[in-house]
Amino acid sequence: MSETRLADGDWHRLHPATPLLRGGIAFVAILGVILVNLRDFVINIVVGAPNEEFDPFVWIFEHDFAGLILLAIIAGLLLAVGGFYLSWRMHTFRITADQVEVRSGILFRTNRRGRLDRIQGINIVRPFLARLVGAAKLEISVAGQNANVQLAYLGSSAADELRREILLLASGTSPAPTTTTEGVPATSASALLDRRVNELLAPELAPDAAPPESVVQMHLGRLIGSLVLSGTTVVLLIGIAFGSVIIARTGEFFFLFGVVPAIIGIGSFYINRFTRSLRYSIASTPDGIRVGFGLLSTSNETLPPGRIHAVRVSQPLLWRPFGWWEIKINRASTSEAQGAAGQANTTILPVGNLADVRKVLELVLPGLVDSESLALLETGLRSRGGDDGFTNSPRRAVVLRWFSWRRNGFAITNDSVLLRRGAIWRELVVVPQARIQSLALRQGPLLRRLRLAAVSIHTVAGPVAATLGALDEQAAVTLFEDAAAGAVRSASVDTSHRWRASGEAAAT
Amino acid sequence: MTRLELADSDWRRVSRKYIVVDLVGTLIAGVVTVAATSIPAWVTQLVWLWAIPGSLAIIFIITLCLTPRRVRSIGYQLRSDDLLFRRGLMFQRFVSVPYGRMQLVDINRGPLARAVGLSELRFVTAAASTGVTIPGLPEAEAEGLRDRLVELAESRRAGL
Repeated sequence: MSETRLADGDWHRLHPATPLLRGGIAFVAILGVILVNLRDFVINIVVGAPNEEFDPFVWIFEHDFAGLILLAIIAGLLLAVGGFYLSWRMHTFRITADQVEVRSGILFRTNRRGRLDRIQGINIVRPFLARLVGAAKLEISVAGQNANVQLAYLGSSAADELRREILLLASGTSPAPTTTTEGVPATSASALLDRRVNELLAPELAPDAAPPESVVQMHLGRLIGSLVLSGTTVVLLIGIAFGSVIIARTGEFFFLFGVVPAIIGIGSFYINRFTRSLRYSIASTPDGIRVGFGLLSTSNETLPPGRIHAVRVSQPLLWRPFGWWEIKINRASTSEAQGAAGQANTTILPVGNLADVRKVLELVLPGLVDSESLALLETGLRSRGGDDGFTNSPRRAVVLRWFSWRRNGFAITNDSVLLRRGAIWRELVVVPQARIQSLALRQGPLLRRLRLAAVSIHTVAGPVAATLGALDEQAAVTLFEDAAAGAVRSASVDTSHRWRASGEAAAT
Repeated sequence: MTRLELADSDWRRVSRKYIVVDLVGTLIAGVVTVAATSIPAWVTQLVWLWAIPGSLAIIFIITLCLTPRRVRSIGYQLRSDDLLFRRGLMFQRFVSVPYGRMQLVDINRGPLARAVGLSELRFVTAAASTGVTIPGLPEAEAEGLRDRLVELAESRRAGL
């Protein structure tokens, strides 16, 4: 199969190994079970040992059904192979100038289209098995719950190339003549093997994909430390303490068996988080930020500019001595592939120090680059509160915010709203004004008695809730009015849905 | 204890007829709820179980008394760039939705509202929590408002 340009508007097929990778694993497993049984049977015949247990193979062999059964098996095999082949034949996709379209199904045809200017991110997932054969799954997320267009599977390098081209089309530029793909056709088996091994061992992020100064990578010690100092560990320690007390008091060990599932669960949580975060990297590319992670099964996603609706930087209490932070985002699409694997792909920095946080924030919020806003941001993260550029809750809010009333506040910069919360679990929420969907100002009887009010900034659904309670009434009204005006102003000048077109317009 | 008020606001209120709709709706809900919760007390003949429907009945009566004022508190205004909506007496809520953010505008008519010729306008943005519903608009006004809003949203269309 020659490597042609995939984004040329014609219909293309997926990688030939697709059926094997998608449903084939179960098939191989069944075949394996049959073969193992068959081997026992053959050994028995050769050695001549009597087998008194019931064995379907023996039974078939002794009842002259062998030919018939064999025929049925072969027919079934042919049917399955034919079905897989047909479904592969019928599963085609094309990428035109403004949309991506997928047709699939043998009897029940489905046809799915996504508009390119509504792309929220393009994810390339390489499950371990697919990586071995050099295939990758390309997932184009369009705004909406599970409104994703999946191309599973493509050739590994073809997937990278296709993503580049889709992003180019989506960015609003006319597709430039692309350089021919380097792909030297692998002639011999050893060369092919060589290439696989190289792909497998290659660093998570190709060195020429992004300027190195923009790359944030995971620090191994920090990752282990963050896992050790997580809330799960606290729960685990409490559980162990509780368990030892019970053992000491009763001298019984039986109940430990009941704990085994919990231990397995916690263990797999640690291993999952560890392997997923280990080769984590985030970098800036011309078409948005690129987040990659995974040790055996890798995944890397490109989020075009302006697809991040809210950002939360938070710090659990245990991380504070080390100055570690976690960053989560809200985005308009959710990917099913990630959700199942435990850690949702809304975590954009699992753990990092202040320098990492600064870099990541610069990447995800390009509007914040001037030093004044960055200084404000750092104040927002670390300040104990008081008169520091944020409008904080008044003293009377101490009834509702026992410890955090000094820190509970907001600030408005040129193009985003900063909400700061929490004195023990510190967090800072940044919402780009151009992404605000609507705003609400609330006051219940209790807040009214205290002359306080609460403001919510509504963004698309996600882990980040941009709500700030217990603000001074007048300050809350100001925030409400200013953010509403800012949202309108920023949205009218925002052109990030065609991000390169805006750059060109500005350049000319 | 003054209520929250926004500067230079000129609220358009909903139809007075909606008070009747809301009253009847609350009344039906109240009767059904009180009847359903009094079944255990009626079956078991335990006196203290009457406390549940009793307290519910009191809550519903208070709600009914406040309904006219609550309906009068519902208001909206079309500002130059966004729709402003308010409702609530005890629990006040103001919502601002920029026109460009509206994904669709729904018109709903319940059986009670239809009897007195009222409609309900619902706005949907990409955020689930927006939750803006203007009840009690005369049908013609609701349709006019919908067309106006769709037109405004179209002229200020932005990405997500």
